[in-house]
Amino acid sequence: MNTTAVDINAPGQPVFYTREEVHHNGTLLGFWIYLMSDLFIFASLFACNAVLGTNYAGGPTGSEVFDLPGLAVNTALLLVSSVTFGFAMLEMARKRKRAMLIWLGISGLLAAAFVGLEIHEFATMIAEGAGPQRSAFLSSFFTLVGTHGLHVTVGILWLTVLMVQIGRVGLTEANIRRLRCLSMFWHFLDLVWVGVFSYVYLVGVLR
Amino acid sequence: MPHRSEFWNFLLGNLSLSVLPLHNTLEDRILQVTFVIVAFSGAVILGWVTVKRQWGYLWREWFTTVDHKKLGIMYMILATVMLLRGFADAIMMRSQQAIAFGSNMGYLPPEHYDQIFTAHGAIMIFFVAMAYIVGLMNYVMPLQIGARDVAFPFLNNLSFWLTVAGVMLFMVSLFVGSFSRAGWLGYPPVSEYQTGPGVDYYIWGLQLSGLGTLLTGINFVVTILKMRAPGMKLMKMPMFTWTSLCTSGLIVVTFPILTAALFLLSMDRYVGTHFFTNDLGGNVMMYINLIWIWGHPEVYILILPLFGVFSEIVATFSGKRLFGYSSMVYATASIMILSYLVWLHHFFTMGSGPDVNSFFALTTMMISIPTGVKIFNWLFTMYRGRVRFDVPMLWTMGFLFTFTIGGMTGVMLSVAPADFLLHNSLFLVAHFHNVIIGGVVFGAFAGINYWFPKAFGFRLDAFWGKVSFWCWQIGFWVAFGPLYILGLMGVTRRLSHFEDPSLQKWFIIAAFGAFLILLGIGAFLMQIYVSVRHRERYAVGHDPWGGRTLEWSTSSPPPAYNFAFTPVVRERDAWADMKEHGYKRPLEDFRPIHMPKNTGTGVYIGMLGFGFGFAMTWFIWWLAIACFVGMIAVAIGHTFHYHREETIPAEDINKFEHTGNWKPGVEGAAA
Repeated sequence: MNTTAVDINAPGQPVFYTREEVHHNGTLLGFWIYLMSDLFIFASLFACNAVLGTNYAGGPTGSEVFDLPGLAVNTALLLVSSVTFGFAMLEMARKRKRAMLIWLGISGLLAAAFVGLEIHEFATMIAEGAGPQRSAFLSSFFTLVGTHGLHVTVGILWLTVLMVQIGRVGLTEANIRRLRCLSMFWHFLDLVWVGVFSYVYLVGVLR
Repeated sequence: MPHRSEFWNFLLGNLSLSVLPLHNTLEDRILQVTFVIVAFSGAVILGWVTVKRQWGYLWREWFTTVDHKKLGIMYMILATVMLLRGFADAIMMRSQQAIAFGSNMGYLPPEHYDQIFTAHGAIMIFFVAMAYIVGLMNYVMPLQIGARDVAFPFLNNLSFWLTVAGVMLFMVSLFVGSFSRAGWLGYPPVSEYQTGPGVDYYIWGLQLSGLGTLLTGINFVVTILKMRAPGMKLMKMPMFTWTSLCTSGLIVVTFPILTAALFLLSMDRYVGTHFFTNDLGGNVMMYINLIWIWGHPEVYILILPLFGVFSEIVATFSGKRLFGYSSMVYATASIMILSYLVWLHHFFTMGSGPDVNSFFALTTMMISIPTGVKIFNWLFTMYRGRVRFDVPMLWTMGFLFTFTIGGMTGVMLSVAPADFLLHNSLFLVAHFHNVIIGGVVFGAFAGINYWFPKAFGFRLDAFWGKVSFWCWQIGFWVAFGPLYILGLMGVTRRLSHFEDPSLQKWFIIAAFGAFLILLGIGAFLMQIYVSVRHRERYAVGHDPWGGRTLEWSTSSPPPAYNFAFTPVVRERDAWADMKEHGYKRPLEDFRPIHMPKNTGTGVYIGMLGFGFGFAMTWFIWWLAIACFVGMIAVAIGHTFHYHREETIPAEDINKFEHTGNWKPGVEGAAA
C-alpha cells in the first residue's frame, strides 16, 4: 500500500499535496500478474488435454507411448534446477556475484538438459508414428508439453542474457529486480511441470 | 497461373499477382475504388506531413512517446479511423440486404459478403470498442489517481504498436488476398478448412493486438494498485478508476484464453493437429467453449469502463456526488465475477442438457441485478440534482434509455428454451448492437465530449454534438428495431440473399437507419473539425464542467508530468473536496521531476510483429523467422539500456505552473 510521511489528519490547514517524491516500483507485482495470466494459457491447454486426452482415434494410448523412467529423469532435472536457482538467489542476497553466477549457470545447464531430453522424447514418438497429427490425444499432448518446453527455452535465453548483464554491470538494483522476476518464472514453470507430469503423464498412463 | 521456380516460391510463399484485386469482377472493382480512395487520402496525409516537415516531430513527440496522455489520444484516433472502416462494412451489408430479394442477388457475392460481416464484427470489437476504452483509460485513469504516468510506460507504448500491427494486418487483407469468411469469432470447422489467407490474417492480427491488450491490462492493474496518490484508499477511488481496475483484471484472466484458442486453431491450420477437426478425435465444441470463455467477459471488459464514464458524468452534471458509491463498487465487482460464469449461454443449443443450461441461464439473469443497481444509482444521482444537459449528459440519457432495453432483451435471450428459437437470429444481432452501441459507443462519445477539453484546452462544439447524438439515437432504433422484429419472425443472421419478398420492407427501414447513423458519424467528424478550426472561440479553463475528480485539478492540457506535486487525498471526489476547502495551488519551491524517456523500441517490435504476421499468413517462412528473431533481438537490446529516465528541471516546472491553463472556466461550460 501507499506509504507516506504526510499525516493527512494533522490539525490545522488541510493538506492537499506533498512535496516529497512518492516512489513505487510495481515490477514484481506486474510480473506476478503476468505469471497468473500465463497460467490461464496453461489452464486452457490442460482443459484440452482433459477433454481430448482419451480421443486416441485408433492410435497409440498414453501407456503405449509414455516413457516413465525417462520422465523421472526429466522431472528430477527440472526440480533440481529450481533448487540450484534457489542457491543462486541466496548467493545474491549475500552479494557474492561469482558464486551466484555459477549457480545460475548450473540451473541453466540442468534446464537445457531437460529441454534436450524432451526434444529426444518428441523425436522418438514422431519416429514411431505417434506424432501430433495422429490423434487429438497426441495433439493436446505435444502442444501442452511443447508449450511448457518453449517456456523453459525462453527462460534459458533470459537467464543467459541476464548473466551477461550481471557480468557487465554487476548486481545493481535493476538487475536484482530482474533476477527476482526470473526466479519467479523458473519456479512457476516447475509448478506447471508438476501438473504436467502428474496429470498428463501419470493419469494419462492410467486412463 | 504460370509455373514458378522453387526460388520464387521460397522468396514469396503463396504471394503472387493473382491475389491482388486486379480482376474484372464487381468485387474487385469495389476493392479498386476503395484502394484509390485509401491511397489518395493516405497520400494527401503523408504528403502534408512531409511538406510541413512534421515527420521528426511525429516521431519524437508521438510515435516514440511513453506519455499515457499521448498514447490515449493515439488510441482514440485509431479507434475513430477504424470506426469509419467498420461502418463502411455495415453500410455495405445493410444496402445489400435491402435489395437482395428474389431474383435480385444484390451487388455483393456471398464470398465477399462473408468477408464483410467477419471484418465488421472483428474490427468493431477489437479495434473500435477496445481501442476507445483503452484510449479513455490511458488518458484519464492515471490523472484520476494523481499519478505521473502508468506503472510501465514503455509497455504502454509497445501495447499501442502491437495493436497497430494487428490493425495493419486487417487493413492489408483488403487489398492483398482476402479476409476471413468465418465470422468474427472464427468458428471451426469453417475456419479450419477455409483455404486462402483470410483466416490467417485474422489469427495473426488478433494474436498481435491481443498481446498488446494483455500487456495493457497488467499495466493498468499495477498502476491502480501501486500508484494511487497518498490517502486514496480503494474505496476512495473515482468510479471510472474502479471500473478500469475491474476491466483490467478481466483482461488479465481472459485474453490469455483467446491467445490459447487462436494458437490451437493455428496449430490445426499450420501443423495439422486435431484439436477442432471433425476427424481423428478433434472436438469443435472445445473451440466454441474456449473462445466464449474469453468472449463473454470481453463484452464486460468493453462496457465496464463506460459505466465508469457515465458515473463520472452523471455526478458532475448533476452537481452532486454519486448516489450509492459503495453499491456501485460492489455491483461492478459482482459483474466482473459473474461475467466469467455465463459463457455457455452463447450456445445453449450445444445440447449440454437442462442442468447445465439452467446454471448458465441463472448466472446470466443474475447479471441484470448489479446492472439494475447501477441504473438506479445513476437515476438517483440525478434525482433532485441540478442536471445540466450538456452533450456528455445527452449521451448518458440516451444510454440509460437504450441500454436498459438492450439489457432486457438480453434477459429474454438468457431463457434457454426461448434461446433455442432466437439463437443465431437477427433478434440476437439486434440485442448485442443494442447494448454495444447503446452502451459502449454512446459511452465513448460521452467520454470524448467530457474529457476533450481536458486533453486540448478547448471544448467540442455543442451544436454538432447534439446533431450527432440525435442522429445516432434515432438512427439506432430505426436500424435495429426492424431486426428485432425480423428475428422474432425467425430470420437468421449472416444471409446475403432472401427469397421472401414480404421481409424486404423491414430491411429497407433498417438500411435507412444505418444511413441516419452515418449522418451521426459525419456530424461527429464535423464537430471535431469545427471545434479545432475555431479553437480560440471554444477555449475553456482547466475545470470547465465543475468536475469532481483529480484530473480536473491540473491544467488543460496537463503538463507531461501531470502534477507538479503529488496530490494528497482526503475524501472521495478529491477535487470537489479541495475546491470546497479552499485549496490553493502551490506556486513556488518546485522540485525537479524524473520522467521516463521516449523510445522507438515499441515501434520496431510492433512493425516486426506486422512483418511476422504477414509472412506467416503468406507462408514466407524465411521472413517470418527473420521478423521473429528481430522482435526478440530488439526486446533484448532494449533491456541493455538501464538509464531510461530524464529529469525535468525545476525551472521548467515553475514556468509551466505560472503560464499553463489555470483559468477555472466553470462559467464557460454552459455556453
